[in-house]
Amino acid sequence: MVADGMAVFSRDVTKVFGRGDTQVHALRGIDLEIRLGELTMLVGPSGSGKTTLLSVITGLLDATSGELVVLGERPAALSPEELILFRRENLGFVFQQYNLIPALTAAENVAVPLLAGGVKRQQAFARGKELLATLGMAHRAHALPSELSGGEQQRVALARALIHEPKLIVCDEPTSALDGRTGHAVMELLSATAVRPDRAVIIVTHDARIFDFADHIAHMDDGRIVSLEENRKNGALMNGLAAASATLSLAEPDARSYTTTGD
Amino acid sequence: MNFVALKMLVADRAKYFGLIFAIAFASFLLANQISIFIGIMARPASQIRDVVDADIWVMDPQTLYSDEVYALRDSDLYRVRSVPGVEWAVPLYKGLGRAKGPDGRFRTVILLGVDDASLVGAPRKMLSGSIHDLDQPDAAIIDRAGFLYFFPGEPLQAGKTLQMNEKRVLIVGISDASAPFQSFPVLHTRYSQALGFVGRERNLLSFVLAKPVAGLSAGDVGHRIEAVTGLKARNSKEFSRDAFLFYLRNTGIPVNFGITVMIALIVGTVVPGQTFYIFTIENLKHFGALKAIGVTNRRIVSMILLQAMVVGGTGYAIGMGMAAAFFSITVNYLPTRGIVLPWQVMAGIAVVVLFVVGLASLMSVRRVLVLEPAVVFRG
Repeated sequence: MVADGMAVFSRDVTKVFGRGDTQVHALRGIDLEIRLGELTMLVGPSGSGKTTLLSVITGLLDATSGELVVLGERPAALSPEELILFRRENLGFVFQQYNLIPALTAAENVAVPLLAGGVKRQQAFARGKELLATLGMAHRAHALPSELSGGEQQRVALARALIHEPKLIVCDEPTSALDGRTGHAVMELLSATAVRPDRAVIIVTHDARIFDFADHIAHMDDGRIVSLEENRKNGALMNGLAAASATLSLAEPDARSYTTTGD
Repeated sequence: MNFVALKMLVADRAKYFGLIFAIAFASFLLANQISIFIGIMARPASQIRDVVDADIWVMDPQTLYSDEVYALRDSDLYRVRSVPGVEWAVPLYKGLGRAKGPDGRFRTVILLGVDDASLVGAPRKMLSGSIHDLDQPDAAIIDRAGFLYFFPGEPLQAGKTLQMNEKRVLIVGISDASAPFQSFPVLHTRYSQALGFVGRERNLLSFVLAKPVAGLSAGDVGHRIEAVTGLKARNSKEFSRDAFLFYLRNTGIPVNFGITVMIALIVGTVVPGQTFYIFTIENLKHFGALKAIGVTNRRIVSMILLQAMVVGGTGYAIGMGMAAAFFSITVNYLPTRGIVLPWQVMAGIAVVVLFVVGLASLMSVRRVLVLEPAVVFRG
């Protein structure tokens, strides 16, 4: 039974790539609970299974065995179409290399999840600009990714992850391509805007400079979570709650009430 | 998401215009070469198509096509007339003669002798004069290209004279006869007059032109004529096809045009196909991100197909525009008159372009469909 307020619940989750002699055990029995309103970091050396775990949690990869519940759904029980819809509605992604579409402006990139959900173009772009403004990027809304600095691109990526009001945001090394100062600024923004009582954030990182932003840090090695520590010094949760209230007041009252094109 | 697809497409201007240019160039080349091929291959049947009154052509049984004939006996005309189902039958002479202009320039001409009484086989498209002027002594109608050869720069007016076989030929009219394969001038005269222009031949009867009675098909009556007379009878379409096939089988024209068309097809397939494939592969990372975000495979396929259709449609439209402009200019030149861009060619090339861009996009789509969205977490 998964408790209320649980974003991610996993018991003995494994992931094996390949067969026979070429088998690789990427995850070896992951037990993890992530609650809504928390920012959890997955840390560990390269090859420890962080990214694989993130992919399994987001339904981009299937678990080989074990029990996994994400936002009350069991990804293994969903059809491919249901899984895509689940991701589209409930998950926000921030990638290491930003993965912004070079042909689209910052505001257009931010609007992509809404467009994918069938929101009309003008509405989606307006919402994108609005969100960029709350992230201090209003003046760069019409810039192409190639015209933005790394920090600016990551802020655009963050806005893209937030625009459709997902319940779970996953970030893959969000600061690794940034210098320390910019990375810290991005994390401040992320913890202030992304963390809310009804949303969880998972960050995969190597970057020890940002550990202070975490509520929990799961240390991984060789496909296992070797330790899970609570970061009691972190004020990010409270900061996040305060900022989330401010963001909500700026955002649409109901982000899912957009007119759709039926796409 | 269509907006996203289109912006992704046009973002890389070099590739976008490269794709469009490749398809436009291939479309133009295909349209150009196929249309010229069809136009040229239609020319051997020009004199057949220009005869609109008769449906059946009767000839020597060994006749292969319209430009090489072995004369029939005069009595064959009456034999054809006697066949049940033949409403009427008239003689037609078709041969080559030499005409000389007033300034001494001469050319081989195609001489057509039409039935004196009915004028069946006389040109229907007249630029000057009337076919009934053929009733005058020594009268002949010459086509526009022939007139301009013998009388360059002069207005298209009747009244000029030529010489054939030391006899005066009075030009009483100028026709818009279809261009013949050899680009010889085309002269129409009365059947009885043709004898004087070409010299004494024992038999002049190249063809018998016949019309079936109402309600009977040219094919059925043709078969009756063959059965009764032992001659060969073809309807106009069959006879035109005979001429087309003869040149197809006995000249290097199809090979020549075929090579160009093949090159255009290969260039038109490989270049845009490869460029489009590379374009999609370069965007694989972004498609992966879209898949992770929750864009369905079907939506991504439709985005890629939209990109392909836009490129194909634009390239095709430009190519057809270029081809139309080309033929609208060349149709006014005597050597290339009558060669046009048939709608069937345009439709055929549309299918080819659709196939090419469809194939290219399917090759690209395959890579996107098998793309594991988790790739977006691999840096």
